[in-house]
Amino acid sequence: MILEYIGVKEINGSLIVLEGVQNPSYEEVVRIRLDDGSVRNGRIVACEGDKAVIQVFEGTSGISLGNTRTRMTGRPMELALSEELLGRVFNGVGKAIDGLGDIYPTCRRNINGTPINPVSRIYPRNYISTGISSIDTLITLIRGQKLPIFSGSGMKHNELAVQIVRQAKITGDENAKFGIVFAAMGVKQDVADYFRRSFEESGVLGRVAMFLNLANDPIIERILTPRCALTAAEYLAFELNMHILVIMTDMTSYAEACREFSSSKGEIPGRKGFPGYLYSDLASLYERAGMIKGSTGSVTQIPILTMPNDDITHPVPDLTGYITEGQIVLDRALDGSGIYPPVSVLPSLSRLMKDGIGEGFTREDHSALSNQLFACYAKVQDARSLASVIGEDELSASDKRLLEFGRQFEKQFINQGVNENRSMEQSLALGWKLLSALPAEELDRVDNEMLAKYYHGKKETE
Amino acid sequence: MAANNIIYGINGPVVTVKGATTLSMMEMVYVGEQKLAGEVIKLDNGFTTIQVYEETTGLKPGDPIYSTGARLAATLGPGILDNIFDGIERPLRDIESESGAFIARGAAMNALDTERLWDVTVDVKAGDTLNAGQIYARCPETSVIEHRCMVPPTVCGKVEWAASNGKYKVGDVIVKLRSDDGKLCELTLCQKWPIRSPRPVSERLYANVPLVTGQRVIDTLFPIAKGGTAAVPGGFGTGKTMTQHQLAKWCDADIIVYVGCGERGNEMSQVLNEFASLVDPKSGRPMTDRTVLIANTSNMPVAAREASIYTGITLAEYYRDMGYHVAIMADSTSRWAEALREISGRLEEMPAEEGFPAYLPSRLSEFYERAGLIRTLGGKEGSVTIIGAVSPQGSDFSEPVTQNTKRFTRCFWALDKSLAYARHYPAINWLNSYSEYGGDLERWYDDNVGSDFMRCRTQMSFLLQEEARLMEIVKLIGSDVLPDDQKLIIETAKVIRVGFLQQNAFHKDDTFVPLKKQLLMMRAILYLHKRSETAVSVGVPLSMIMETGLFDRLTRIKYDVPNDKLSMLEDYPKQIDEAISALSNR
Repeated sequence: MILEYIGVKEINGSLIVLEGVQNPSYEEVVRIRLDDGSVRNGRIVACEGDKAVIQVFEGTSGISLGNTRTRMTGRPMELALSEELLGRVFNGVGKAIDGLGDIYPTCRRNINGTPINPVSRIYPRNYISTGISSIDTLITLIRGQKLPIFSGSGMKHNELAVQIVRQAKITGDENAKFGIVFAAMGVKQDVADYFRRSFEESGVLGRVAMFLNLANDPIIERILTPRCALTAAEYLAFELNMHILVIMTDMTSYAEACREFSSSKGEIPGRKGFPGYLYSDLASLYERAGMIKGSTGSVTQIPILTMPNDDITHPVPDLTGYITEGQIVLDRALDGSGIYPPVSVLPSLSRLMKDGIGEGFTREDHSALSNQLFACYAKVQDARSLASVIGEDELSASDKRLLEFGRQFEKQFINQGVNENRSMEQSLALGWKLLSALPAEELDRVDNEMLAKYYHGKKETE
Repeated sequence: MAANNIIYGINGPVVTVKGATTLSMMEMVYVGEQKLAGEVIKLDNGFTTIQVYEETTGLKPGDPIYSTGARLAATLGPGILDNIFDGIERPLRDIESESGAFIARGAAMNALDTERLWDVTVDVKAGDTLNAGQIYARCPETSVIEHRCMVPPTVCGKVEWAASNGKYKVGDVIVKLRSDDGKLCELTLCQKWPIRSPRPVSERLYANVPLVTGQRVIDTLFPIAKGGTAAVPGGFGTGKTMTQHQLAKWCDADIIVYVGCGERGNEMSQVLNEFASLVDPKSGRPMTDRTVLIANTSNMPVAAREASIYTGITLAEYYRDMGYHVAIMADSTSRWAEALREISGRLEEMPAEEGFPAYLPSRLSEFYERAGLIRTLGGKEGSVTIIGAVSPQGSDFSEPVTQNTKRFTRCFWALDKSLAYARHYPAINWLNSYSEYGGDLERWYDDNVGSDFMRCRTQMSFLLQEEARLMEIVKLIGSDVLPDDQKLIIETAKVIRVGFLQQNAFHKDDTFVPLKKQLLMMRAILYLHKRSETAVSVGVPLSMIMETGLFDRLTRIKYDVPNDKLSMLEDYPKQIDEAISALSNR
């Protein structure tokens, strides 16, 4: 027997409260039919006795206390899955919006997913060559990693993400199938179009599944968008053995949607009004990256988030950094001086690179070279701050050399064309070329063998 | 297992039961048809509140709740080592073989393998009197650790029957004990202990032996005692986890309990891989033989994350009671504090600082107080050392978790962002960090390493402090204007920073450095400083001393001198003498 409940008890923001419900289950999906014939969807977010609190995805405007008929579906939120997902466009809750009709599902999955057993994970080791010097050499992306881009409004994070998608090559497995899952949360129409166009131009559109929740779409759907996208990604990767790159933009909008929802539920806020469970919530998304035993596929995540006021200590970038395996931080000063991609090298990090580079993966000198570049560039910053006080002319010879190194490093190494695809060899050679401008004695992170092999500069002893 | 209670309300991991119940505080319960594990956390007239250790999706009001009549307890017995558990001691390998790569809900599991046979030696015979904590049976748990079965702390009496030596399963009865009040106790190879209560000890001892870690900045500047407590705070990317891994791999504890509390899944799989392939230098056996992992990654249920810390410390205390030195690494306690906050928020408790519950400091102190060097009930000496990572929000050390942790730990190894940016690892900042154990451990260093160890240490930290002061000036006007003796301090401090404090975890000789080498390195650096100081005072320009390349050579000692050829270090003073006298005579 299917019961319909007429009317609601209470409406508050995007939440409605129903009373006298028989057997509501937590997280169950409900269908709400309005008197004008339109249908909305919702999800039970709390129940108490026969009272159920329902979150309405499409918002509550137009709902009155009497004009609704609500029906329980008896199931949690599920996504229809099949290989046909690729090449399609969906809205934030996984409904096709490209006019091609619903997909014919081979199975349905709960979008919340289940945690991967740590024992079943394969530790990621194979690097993905992105063709971007700063990333390949210093912040190497590893297959199965989650590596966010920390950006700010107006910076070129979208261009960077598109370039990574276009140039990404997985080494060691030439027959592997690729796919891209793109989740847009609260981004502008233009941005979504830009991604679409770029995918089309680079001929990958047929391998992209897009989940779009744009800036003017309902907030509540935004909370479900990444979950739908990741469910699709997990299915494609772990059951169809594909290598999936997931791009999620913009995580800040997602977190703000969580905050809005949390405050309408009357929960106790944590830092900056974000709910206290934001860490666990973000983790339940980011941790869905990886590789598991029994499957040859992988899920690699590149979430993009804009730091409000470029503040890296804001809760969203802060919590994200604690969950993800590193971060690529973009810098406004570099961006302003026309350097693309404006990767701020020092705060950027890839936690997994240490085991995915070096002999047998990239080249034996990779790790030492990247440490040396980091160390030298850190010294450049000291020299710069000194120069800003006493003037460049007053600096010692070694500080002057460092400043010149810093300039060339930014101009030649970090800076590269939007369509420029540098091989790992090229990037490493470029790194050594720049280091060769410094005397060998100042290079304290590389050993003598490597110096002899790769260093071309002058040694004072000669 | 009675099911006379039903669910009334559900909100995230918190479930309520309406009306009076027979449940007691902190009782373990099973919730719903799938039997999800949970624990009673609040009782009042109207409602009983239960936190559920698994996803609550699909639970319905009206679903049954099964009471167990016991508190949430850990099963303690052979088979813990070389195993990996989730936050409530469910073996993850068994869960994998049961439900595949994704963790299914309601997986009821025995913590220990009940089928495996252990080679048991029984140490008692009928007629013996046994006290709490006394050892009645032993078996080799792994190749390096002998498991000792102890009489539970609440039991004592006369042995009525004892099994003979042989092969037994965990659940087999080994000893029957008649207690003084006439009750018969059957002791098996395992016992249960509620995770939130500390296991009793006979007395606490003065902790004056260091936990040797082989990490120079820790052993030398900020040492920790066996049975001590340390906090490792640091923003993301500063190398908290790397530091914890290094300590777990190299510290001289007998047993390592590694708690991955709300951290990354890939990190746990790295620990699993790495520890399995890493050979323990002392025993020549894989590290896993003396390690137990507790993995409750950030996406696993938040309530189990809260419990994981207690499960970890209970396992640690159990091995301590056998007479072992145990080190527990908790990575990260901030995630645990956040789990407290999250549950407290669901209970609608009044928040204190930054939304954390008002009982945060008391919970933290309860946890850290479970560390210590002790005499066990059985009369042996054992210790639990706690090293807790803290992940401060926004890298701000003034936030509540860091501040409160600081109050209850005696070592504070502050990780520094700018050091990490320059890839100076371990990124322990020598200016903000401290150790209160310096004085306690002085005797030990004097007797076992060298009588000048502490003196060298003081001198080195003095030079580092001086450097920090001078750098303030350099930042304003450049280093050229400083007189030579001050420049010398900066140069020596640079050798100390790069050649001594910075340590390469991936270099075979540098990843672990014996105390003797640490001392010899310090001596060499300080000797060079002393000789140069005299030379500078008689007018030798510093630039000439620098040209000898001595400073660069000392910086490279860590790579140039292998750990097994420490005699090479004896040449250094001679070379320093020769080079500097040549300059002074010129």
